Amino acid sequence: MNITTTSNPMVSQPYLVREVVKETYDTFTLTLEPGTGANGTLFQPGQFSMLWVFGVGELPISISGPPSQHDKLVYTVRSVGQATHALVSQDAGCGVGVRGPFGVGWPAEKAQGRDVIVVAGGIGLAPLRPLIYEILSNREAYGRLVILYGARSPRDLLYRKELAAWARHRDTQVLVTVDYGGLAWRGHVGVVTTLFKYARLQPSRSTAMVCGPEIMMRFVARELEGHGLARKDIYLSMERNMKCAVGFCGHCQYGPHFICKDGPIFPYEQLRPLLEKHEL
Amino acid sequence: METLERIIAEHSFFAGLDPEFVALMVGCASNVVFKAGTYILKEGDPANTFYLIRAGKVAVEVVAPQHKPIIVSTLEVGELLGWSWLMPPFQWKFHARAVSDVRAIALDGKCLRTKCEENHDLGYEVLKRFAQIIEERLEATRLQLLDIYAVRR
Repeated sequence: MNITTTSNPMVSQPYLVREVVKETYDTFTLTLEPGTGANGTLFQPGQFSMLWVFGVGELPISISGPPSQHDKLVYTVRSVGQATHALVSQDAGCGVGVRGPFGVGWPAEKAQGRDVIVVAGGIGLAPLRPLIYEILSNREAYGRLVILYGARSPRDLLYRKELAAWARHRDTQVLVTVDYGGLAWRGHVGVVTTLFKYARLQPSRSTAMVCGPEIMMRFVARELEGHGLARKDIYLSMERNMKCAVGFCGHCQYGPHFICKDGPIFPYEQLRPLLEKHEL
Repeated sequence: METLERIIAEHSFFAGLDPEFVALMVGCASNVVFKAGTYILKEGDPANTFYLIRAGKVAVEVVAPQHKPIIVSTLEVGELLGWSWLMPPFQWKFHARAVSDVRAIALDGKCLRTKCEENHDLGYEVLKRFAQIIEERLEATRLQLLDIYAVRR
């Protein structure tokens, strides 16, 4: 797939906020459309953009919308700091600078013909959503799709209606769990790794794609290995403090890798020696 | 018709158990049913039973002061509920509530403890299986304690 980027990756393109939808009490989905002088953007599932909130700062945010829609960009953002709060507080019509897309996406083409196991934790479902769209829109190219999703509590669950809709697709299993549930919650309770015992897996013909807090990904990767998946068939999405997004500044260096340029998606076999290093 | 012996022998928890031991366990087993919403066990009560869940879902709950009960885990078909019968003081540490109608095999812990004392080979097989489950749940609990989805500032 050809990816359209600006000639200078450090220059933002003008985009306008079309809408901001509240997903949970602290998480919002923004839809941006190209402003004057900006073209549509092609991206691979798993790639990210640098979003510039004028007067506040620039943020790396994974694209969470369908890769087939080039006339808009969708991002799901958790409002946890000054810049993210400013971003999700934008009104429709406000301008946002967009650089990118950047980074290496999920190996969607490489996974064709195989089962795909998607494991998401918390906001980690957002960078995986374009991949799920891609698989569901090209369903015959893939085997079974297993989606395992864990969140802190029922009120933290993202995309509830979509999760239910995905579960209705053929050869698709969606399992959702929360770490803690109230009495009204009738679904699974337990960390995301506890879902594996209910998942229908065919490890030798599966590719796993995992996104969530790093510690969760470490446990999930170990669980996947325990179920017989090869390390080369497990992919993780890493996160570090990204600034330039093109491997110049070194802020996101992780061992020998730059997360922005070499990642954020990496094969587990490449990351494994680094994941257990203290304070890396 | 499914016999208790066959159900126990085919349950994943007892997979590979010597038929002689299965026969010993059957002497301590019975079929039980819990309607949705009923408590299967309550914190502080004597722990004399454990359950192999055959159908339905069970919520394990902790009661916190001035707070509604919090569900800390759920257990489903093929899973096992309860190990407090195995160790003194033989009291339940949590509540367990049937979320939906639950069918289970109840095993009398006192009866099984006696048989394990009499036959240490059986005791070792039972403990090996419980140790595996305890290890899995301990790991899950450690991960849960980290509260990994919380905002770090």
